[in-house]
Amino acid sequence: MSLIHYLVLAGILFVISLAGIYINRRNVLILLMSIELMLLAVNINFIAFSSYLNDIQGQVFVFFILTVAAAEAAIGLAILVVVFRQRKSLEINNLNELKG
Amino acid sequence: MLEYLVSPEFYQILLFYVYSGILIGAALAVVTMRNSVYSALFLILAFFSAAALWMLLEAEFLALTLVLVYVGAVMVLFLFVIMMLDVKVTRKSGMSTYTKVGIFVALIMGLEMIMLLGKKLAHVLPQDDLIKHAKGHSNVKEVAENLYTQYILPFELASVILLVAIVAAILLTLRRRSDYKHVDPESQVHVKATENRMRVVKMDAEKGNYIGGDE
Repeated sequence: MSLIHYLVLAGILFVISLAGIYINRRNVLILLMSIELMLLAVNINFIAFSSYLNDIQGQVFVFFILTVAAAEAAIGLAILVVVFRQRKSLEINNLNELKG
Repeated sequence: MLEYLVSPEFYQILLFYVYSGILIGAALAVVTMRNSVYSALFLILAFFSAAALWMLLEAEFLALTLVLVYVGAVMVLFLFVIMMLDVKVTRKSGMSTYTKVGIFVALIMGLEMIMLLGKKLAHVLPQDDLIKHAKGHSNVKEVAENLYTQYILPFELASVILLVAIVAAILLTLRRRSDYKHVDPESQVHVKATENRMRVVKMDAEKGNYIGGDE
């Protein structure tokens, strides 16, 4: 059981959620969930390094990431509710008014 | 051989592979499910397995926080929104261009990461096993000692971020309906008893013999 195991696991998780962002063109909700999964992968990396290097600061950092991610999820869902009220759908392909 | 199979090390490795398998399977299910309720439920499973993995890494406080904050609060919020919004499940067969591009990008990125771990970083990373703490060691105490001394200012800032999130979420979803009868508290507070409430009307006294009845 070494650090590499956890790093590879976090890498696979990150890549899966990255693919999820590309795959889901129909639902902004699942896109938000993919972002949560990405943050989880990053957190696994942080905690694995923190444990193997015996340095608690990594865990403190994960605590802050969890806080910010919770805030982000709350605001993201609020924006989603507003978007759904205006357009009656959550399709990402429809959200192109800015033409960015 | 049998001794190895009953040793704690083997048990730990077994637990790691079981939980990582569940985690990766749940993550795949999250991104491929068409129905977002199923996605949210699989995301809960993913968070639980990640919490178990963090327990294996002896980060007990964060493992419990993950279950409490994510499964208990964030995922409930997700499920509330999913059920409130009545999103229609659209089904399309076949892979779109986006899907192909996504899998391509993910494969390349995964390969790059694993190559980096295997070749460049393998000798830099700590190779020894996980440092086991003594029996009475408290992870919560250790985190708290850091959080409340060295990181007290970021800790306070995190609470401010949460406050901003509350205000933003409420303000974004607040809706003033025109057909909704309500009392305006501001104007209610500013009412003055002599000016707004009581009106003295001057009028002449009624004279004559008024009999009454309906004539």
